[in-house]
Amino acid sequence: MAGPGKGRRGASPKDVYKSLTSGSMVRIIKLVLKHYWIHLIFVLIGIILAAIASVKGTLFTQTLIDSYIIPLIGKDNPDYSPLLSAISKVAVIYIIGAASAFAYNLIMVRVGQGSLRIIRKQLFEKMEKLPIKYFDTHPFGDVMSIYTNDTDTLREFIGRSFPEIVNLLATLISTLISMFVLSVPLTVISLILVSFVVLITVKVSSLSGRYFGEQQKQLGVVNGYIEEMMSGQKVIKVFTHEQQTINDMQQHNEDLRKVSNNAHGIANILMPATAQLGNLNYVIVAVIGAIFAINGRFGMTIGTLVSFMTLNKGFNRPFAMMSMQLNSIVMAAAGAERVYSLMDEEPEVDNGIVVLKAVEEDENGNLKISNRFTGQWGWILPDRIVKLEGDIVFDDVDFGYRPDHQILYNIYMFANKGQKIAFVGSTGAGKTTITNLINRFYDIQDGKIRYDGININNIKKASLRNSLGIVLQDTHLFTGTITDNIRYGWLGASDEDCIKAAKLANAHGFISRMPDGYNTFITGDGSNLSQGQRQLIAIARAAVSNPPVLILDEATSSIDTRTEQLVQKGMDSLMKGRTTFVIAHRLSTVQNADCIMVLEKGHIIERGSHEELLEQKGRYYQLYTGNAVS
Amino acid sequence: MIKTLSRFVGKYKSTSIWTILLTAAEVVLDIFLPICMARIIDEGISQGNLSAVYKYGIIMAVLSILAFITGVASGRLASKASTGFVANLREGMFKKVQSFSFKNIDNFSTAGLVTRLTTDASNMQMAYQMLIRMCVRSPLNLIFALIMCILISPKLSLVFVVAIIFLGFSLFFIILFAMKSFKKVFGEYDTLNASIQENIRGIRVVKSFVREDYEISKFQKAIDRLYGLFCKAETITCINNPIMLLTVYGCILALSWFGAHEVVAGGISTGQLTSLLTYVMNILISLMMLSMAFVMLTLSSASAERICQVFDEDPDIKDPENPIYDVKDGSIDFENVSFAYKKDAAEYVLKDIDLHIKSGETIGIIGSTGSSKSTLVNLIPRLYDVSTGTVKVSGKDVRLYDVESLRNAVSMVLQNNVLFSGTILENLRWGDPDASLEECMKACRLACADEFIEQMPEKYDTRIERGGSNVSGGQKQRLCIARALLKKPKVLILDDSTSAVDTATEAKIQKAFSEYIPDTTKIIIAQRISSVKNADRILVLDEGRIDGFGTHDELMQTNEIYRAVVEGQQNGVGDFDRMEV
Repeated sequence: MAGPGKGRRGASPKDVYKSLTSGSMVRIIKLVLKHYWIHLIFVLIGIILAAIASVKGTLFTQTLIDSYIIPLIGKDNPDYSPLLSAISKVAVIYIIGAASAFAYNLIMVRVGQGSLRIIRKQLFEKMEKLPIKYFDTHPFGDVMSIYTNDTDTLREFIGRSFPEIVNLLATLISTLISMFVLSVPLTVISLILVSFVVLITVKVSSLSGRYFGEQQKQLGVVNGYIEEMMSGQKVIKVFTHEQQTINDMQQHNEDLRKVSNNAHGIANILMPATAQLGNLNYVIVAVIGAIFAINGRFGMTIGTLVSFMTLNKGFNRPFAMMSMQLNSIVMAAAGAERVYSLMDEEPEVDNGIVVLKAVEEDENGNLKISNRFTGQWGWILPDRIVKLEGDIVFDDVDFGYRPDHQILYNIYMFANKGQKIAFVGSTGAGKTTITNLINRFYDIQDGKIRYDGININNIKKASLRNSLGIVLQDTHLFTGTITDNIRYGWLGASDEDCIKAAKLANAHGFISRMPDGYNTFITGDGSNLSQGQRQLIAIARAAVSNPPVLILDEATSSIDTRTEQLVQKGMDSLMKGRTTFVIAHRLSTVQNADCIMVLEKGHIIERGSHEELLEQKGRYYQLYTGNAVS
Repeated sequence: MIKTLSRFVGKYKSTSIWTILLTAAEVVLDIFLPICMARIIDEGISQGNLSAVYKYGIIMAVLSILAFITGVASGRLASKASTGFVANLREGMFKKVQSFSFKNIDNFSTAGLVTRLTTDASNMQMAYQMLIRMCVRSPLNLIFALIMCILISPKLSLVFVVAIIFLGFSLFFIILFAMKSFKKVFGEYDTLNASIQENIRGIRVVKSFVREDYEISKFQKAIDRLYGLFCKAETITCINNPIMLLTVYGCILALSWFGAHEVVAGGISTGQLTSLLTYVMNILISLMMLSMAFVMLTLSSASAERICQVFDEDPDIKDPENPIYDVKDGSIDFENVSFAYKKDAAEYVLKDIDLHIKSGETIGIIGSTGSSKSTLVNLIPRLYDVSTGTVKVSGKDVRLYDVESLRNAVSMVLQNNVLFSGTILENLRWGDPDASLEECMKACRLACADEFIEQMPEKYDTRIERGGSNVSGGQKQRLCIARALLKKPKVLILDDSTSAVDTATEAKIQKAFSEYIPDTTKIIIAQRISSVKNADRILVLDEGRIDGFGTHDELMQTNEIYRAVVEGQQNGVGDFDRMEV
């Protein structure tokens, strides 16, 4: 964010060059150019106009003394009218300069913010198209940081540093040109002296850059320590470990203070060093200029010298200021790198051609596509229409998240329309994995999964997923009203549909008891609701879409018994008449299942109804009675 | 606020003062440079006097070398003072947090405390450095430059006064409006990030319901709003630049016009006029810097406020004057205890608890979420103080004990327990820093943690990652129990600490307890009936009241809630996936 705290850091010219020419940075620059080249032309014109105005202004002081003041000295009736007209002319130039500065700054704001908007949009659109695998393999914090930290570095660069650098360059070039116009020899001397300033700037910057690197590392250590201790604060209290933690903290903190002092100490040299070198430069040029003026060499006059000196002073400043901006280029390049690492990810592929459409029967009892909502759905195959029933078959399915690490082996199973399949087994046995395959969050390695007789690889993912209802163990709700959240299941649902779904899910009771009822606003993933209430809403959300097939992941029993009963009832009524795959934790769910699959290490080791499995006295029996041997 | 924070300057006080003095010296030296320049022109060039040129040239060179030395020195000292100050501040804050009671901790969120100790502290470092350098340099620069101008020509200095007032007011209003707009921007920015966060976390829901396009259109609206607000806010700051330019130009033109008159009238020399023109930039840049410092300080004042909240928090559990250090046995008595987390709470979360536990007993506690099971046991090691009534350990009010002695005697395994980064052994020794390897191994045997530790490549020297992320939930719980056992406590409290351990192992742990630590009072909070079934007595809590207290068989006869829970769970049927592989 724009607040203080972002440390000044150095960047060596090599880093800057590498950053600017890095692939990602070039892409960012291309993107900005592509969308805003007209804007940027106007910005360039503005910058040139402003620079000309500023140079004209400085040159004016030369003519001021030489042509307008000195001739008047000693006159009885000095005529100020030439001066007045000159001043008015310059005033006009100044106003044009200020106006164009204002204009190009305004345009630049739009370019910067607009580019960011484009980048954000591309980023988000791309992210939505990525497969679940991406989210499972990239920690949440890393993905989030692309949107916050990395886009922030781009904002800093496009919005602030880029115009600043262009500005500084323009000032520098215009100053240089006017210096040459005033006096070539003095300019050459200035340039030689300025190269020292540049050299020092580069040296100090790279040195402080290194120290800042160390500081960042130690800061990471301290912050990590603080984070760990703060989240374990209650344990520290219980173990009366306060003093030891303080001792450790003091150690880390002192280390940080030392490297931090070094880093800032070096960085703080930069300003006085460049400023005073600038002053020395000023003195030397002044003395040499004075010698020229007194000896009348190179056509030097007092006025020329005075204006030249003003320019000379302005010539030193941009370098130190530039060095501060350069760091943001390096940071932006790193940010751009991560932004594009997401954008270059392979999107989810979908080769499916079979889609789901509303159908109705014609006079002959054949299915045909209907333009209205009929409540009946059919799979549209190239040669025929298959009615959506909810028949699922796993035929010798193998799967692993990585090719070299198989998780599921030879899974055979079938669920006819309306049947319930319950999965039980220990953590890591592969229960959740199976449910990830039906909706094609992951694609199987071998075998086939058929939905109403159609290979699910041939079904368009959107259609496939629309035909599946899902209630996960961790409930995720979105910012919005309760109705909005239920409607998430089917965007076409009316308020009545939502209430009907809530009633089915057993959620209507608690929702109507809330002060704002269905209009209660949910924020922060539903933090203002209890876990059970969130689950009830998730059940209603699945219910409103009225899917023929359900995937349920029951929550483990840490919620209070009363809500638990409500959730259970809600789940039960949701399952009624639908093909259901449930990762079961509750006894009643397991008992009511048509078939229980006992999974272990990726194999279905037992299958059958509750009674059948109990009789077998196998793994299920052990799990059930709690007398696990292994 | 300033008083609280200035305490932490501590031994860096003299460094800070030197920084200020040296910065002032640098400014003074800087200010004389244009004067010398004027002399070079007036006495040297105008009169063709080369020796005067050399004289003032040398003076200027010396001045700027001196300014360089003072500048570098003040920079280094500023760095020493500011990093030292913030180190003190961070340490002070950390110590303060260590003195917090549970109640104090509850008043802050973990994330909130972390931000205060990290980001806010870093902000203070920047702010402090700015305070002792930029906030000294800019106003001094302004004042000295103005004095110089007045010395040269009081009449022409009026131009500056007018310019300063104009620019000052303009900057003030720009900052005022800009800050207001940026606040809105950052609010919107937070909202946007929150919605991205929501989307990533709920990506399975998004994909399941095929709502990608819907989410994209939602996002588009949000970034359009952000774009609008951002452009508006930045447009205000864009006025800054032209106003500055116009002021500078205005000054130059005014000085040219009036200066020309003065020079012609013989009031000032051309050289002096040049110095005045040089001071234009000097003065106006100082003013600009000052306004920047003002903005930065205003922004960091929010950080300062947050930090002060930590120091203003009053630790509410303190040792008594003449504390008792010795806890004799593990008997526990609750006498008419009521408790509320907040003083002004409408209702107590624990009501009229009267409970007497003999030393060495095993007590099970059961009750639904919100029945205040954890709250009840938290009172025993005095993690919270009762609102009314008394809690006694070994026959004495817990408030009479030395807190450390009490907590060492009452060992508690918290519900949300954490392991710290370090080896397993280091973690175990939190319980007893002097425990030998054998003692640690014994504790692990009791907690059934030895098996999996032995299977690890580096056994007891295996490193635990931060938060214990490289061990499973059940393993973590067993390590926490072992750690608590190493305290050799008189009272051992397990707050739902075996929920991820399978029932067979749990039974083994409980058996080990009764065999090896028979004299320790054991209190076990659990969700599963099987965890408490074999306890000497079981306490049934319901909405902060005792609903029943007795053996399993007694409760089956007399207690309705207990019976319902047992029937619901039907002879120890657990969660199928909670079994350890």
